Amino acid sequence: MTAWHAGLAVAGGVLVGFALLLTLVASGRPVGVSGILGGLLLGTPGDRGWRAAFLAGLFLGGVVLLAVSPHLLAFTLDRSLPAMAAAGFLVGFGTRLGNGCTSGHGVCGLGRFSPRSLVAATVFVGAGAAAVLVVEQLLGGRA
Amino acid sequence: MSRAVLSAASGFLLAMGLGIAGLTDPRRIVGFLDFAGDWDPSALFVMVAAAAVFAIGSLVYERALWGGSGSLPPPKSHIDRELVLGALLFGVGWGMSGLCPGPALTALAGGSRSVLVFVGTMIAGMAAHAAVAPRLGSRASRAHGRRELTWR
Repeated sequence: MTAWHAGLAVAGGVLVGFALLLTLVASGRPVGVSGILGGLLLGTPGDRGWRAAFLAGLFLGGVVLLAVSPHLLAFTLDRSLPAMAAAGFLVGFGTRLGNGCTSGHGVCGLGRFSPRSLVAATVFVGAGAAAVLVVEQLLGGRA
Repeated sequence: MSRAVLSAASGFLLAMGLGIAGLTDPRRIVGFLDFAGDWDPSALFVMVAAAAVFAIGSLVYERALWGGSGSLPPPKSHIDRELVLGALLFGVGWGMSGLCPGPALTALAGGSRSVLVFVGTMIAGMAAHAAVAPRLGSRASRAHGRRELTWR
């Protein structure tokens, strides 16, 4: 595994917290990335502008990261395209059914001491750990 | 307009935060979820720091907006099947790919085919949920109306 840095993780986390706080100010309610994307795709037409702007900002941030340090955005896991397709579908369906992802439940929800978010975060970390256990230990890191 | 600018700035800031913490790299997520292997605590540090900032900031925001006379809607407390099953499916996809919605949309800029396929089927999964949602709605979510489904 790549070496990790506690200071960078905390600094990045503080930025993530401020970003979601700014989103709360812009939208008037706590909302994470899956909620923003879901509402853009399937929400009411009058409520789409700020969502599109958020996602454009996120993508632009990706472009800047790519310019500064391309390795940050490299996908280096050994995963087949069908496995990625299945994973994407599970993430899309699951975050809408469970009403949130790592940002909505993991940051906004836990930050507001929501019992639902604590349950969701516990379940998605547990399920994620089980999936990684299968891929890393049984399939040799390949899926 | 200013709302759109504020939203765009938040999206940009989120990408920066994820990038600085290294969470756009799916190996970090797999490392975080790999409790049996060489554990990488980055994602835990990020989540705790971000939640702490959000906790303090949202309290300040409520004070500033309503001066103690009002508040954001209280977090829902009803734990239902949808919440648990949804988190379970999301967790499996997250562990398989090392990607969740924020980092995936940020990493789209890298142009990797794996990320592109992931984002495409993630959108399809959201659309599939919208198509079947009226039939899966629990009593609680029906009682709260359709809006509740897009709250987070």
